[in-house]
Amino acid sequence: MAMTSPSGTSMRVVSNTVLVVIGLCFLLPMLWLLLASLDTSATLSVKLPETFSLDNFIAVLTPETALIPLLNSLLLSGGCAIITVVCAVLAAYPLSRYRMRVNKPFLYGVLFGTCLPITAMMVPVYSLFVAFNLIDSIGGTILFLAATSLPMAIWMMKNFMDSVPVSLEEAAWVDGASMMSTLTRIVVPLMRPGIGVVFIFVFIGAWGNFFVPFVLLLSPEQQPAAVSIFTFFGQYGSVAYGQLAAFSLIYSVPVLALYVLVSRTGGSFALAGAVKG
Amino acid sequence: MTATAIAAAPGRTPDPEQHRRDRRRSGARRSLIRSIPLLPAVLLLAVFLLGPVISSFYGSLTDSSLSGSAAQGASFVGFDNYIALFQDPDFPKSVLLTFVFLIASAIVGQNVLGLGLALLMQSANGAVRGVVGTLVVGAWVLPEVVGAFAAYAFFSADGTLNSLLATIGITGPSWLYSFPMLSVILANIWRGTAFSMLVYTAALNDVPPEITESAAVDGARGWQRLRYITLPMIRRSISTNLMLTTLQTLSVFGLIFVMTGGGPGTDSTTLPLLAYQEAFKFGELGFGTAIATILLIVGALCSVVYLKALKPEVD
Repeated sequence: MAMTSPSGTSMRVVSNTVLVVIGLCFLLPMLWLLLASLDTSATLSVKLPETFSLDNFIAVLTPETALIPLLNSLLLSGGCAIITVVCAVLAAYPLSRYRMRVNKPFLYGVLFGTCLPITAMMVPVYSLFVAFNLIDSIGGTILFLAATSLPMAIWMMKNFMDSVPVSLEEAAWVDGASMMSTLTRIVVPLMRPGIGVVFIFVFIGAWGNFFVPFVLLLSPEQQPAAVSIFTFFGQYGSVAYGQLAAFSLIYSVPVLALYVLVSRTGGSFALAGAVKG
Repeated sequence: MTATAIAAAPGRTPDPEQHRRDRRRSGARRSLIRSIPLLPAVLLLAVFLLGPVISSFYGSLTDSSLSGSAAQGASFVGFDNYIALFQDPDFPKSVLLTFVFLIASAIVGQNVLGLGLALLMQSANGAVRGVVGTLVVGAWVLPEVVGAFAAYAFFSADGTLNSLLATIGITGPSWLYSFPMLSVILANIWRGTAFSMLVYTAALNDVPPEITESAAVDGARGWQRLRYITLPMIRRSISTNLMLTTLQTLSVFGLIFVMTGGGPGTDSTTLPLLAYQEAFKFGELGFGTAIATILLIVGALCSVVYLKALKPEVD
């Protein structure tokens, strides 16, 4: 549509203007987070602080308010991402390399799993966790988070593995290497970027997940930042907007940084592109 | 794959019948060994994904609750939960609100805005494209709770939107109380459009420029080129994206929960919130599970349509 004609120039002006207006609409809610976090007398409206200060950050960066919840988040998302990636690599290998009768039903099942509305399941999941006596258990929550991110991870991992050439493995097979040693010594090193993308993808998802830990973890000292920030909002949210914004930003920074990292390595579309039709 | 292809080829040896039988037996053992790495994933999925699905279907047929006599041992009550559900006035209202939320924020909002942004970006300045793209994606990458806080502040009675309206002399209403659905719909569009934008940008990049150019030479106007050339060429992306945004929006919980809590009253209680409230606020696990089961079935139906569209990639 971009063409060197008189109408092309006016088209460009119109496009730019409309885009800038839409961009402003998208910016405003986020701008509030940034400005309010630097303002000790923040309100709910976007406004320039009279004095810029880091007091809000200092106020929330205490062990009870932010640090322990962030550590819990790290534990939950890290544990979930490690388990998911290991299981996904293992599962993707036979799916990608061998023609087996289980492949097709398994892949259909996996794709089906990527579509399940997980939120819908939280009530039955809660009953199941009560029955297994797993309520308030970090390990159980990690395993559930891993299971929910596994379908997408397997699907992405298989696609990445399909693009690793088989010729090197064939040489290893001829030399008598076993399946596992071929996988760990040849395939995994070759697809390190892909594994990184899947890891970050799962980590971001688990880090931002609010509903799962909200239902499955009860004691405050075990809760991740997603839940404790909501509790903070309920307790002080109506007075300490600045601190709420500061806490929100601290909690968001790891996710934003990881996203930038992935998009730098060209995997940004892997996040959306994993589903390209 | 080459190795298996050779191995699978029928052997031509003196006793083909005997040989084939051996092959088949060793082939079965080999594929059993080869599927061992699937085991951890299968176990995890079976216990933590299939388990809840099955217990959801079964639990919706019992009278289990968080307190009272039914908390100890739930008994089988058949379809009582579903019958009670359809008699409860909150349920039809919640179904309606869920449909409104789905259609307005996912099917219309995110898809149209996402496609519009992708199209506009094709003819925009590099710098504008970069900055606006970053802003749109930024709203998407933010954790759900943080996005919800930002949207809450934006729509509050003394929030950004109303102070903007005040500068042009309009006293804005208290959006979250007077128009709770409109607020959460706009917030969900704000949060989710990036996904559609990325999918459509990728799809538009795959449309060969020669085709639209030759249509332009033939005198097709901008919207004609869009209607008759571009949209038909990306229709597969449109259908998959519609499916996926629908599924994602169907399970939106945190955004609404933080912004309005489903209120005022039940005016923004979509099905996920109703399931949560019935189960955890009123202790009616069976009731909540029945809603969850209905959501699962709706999600499963959407997924089947989606899988049909993706079939060539699996085969």
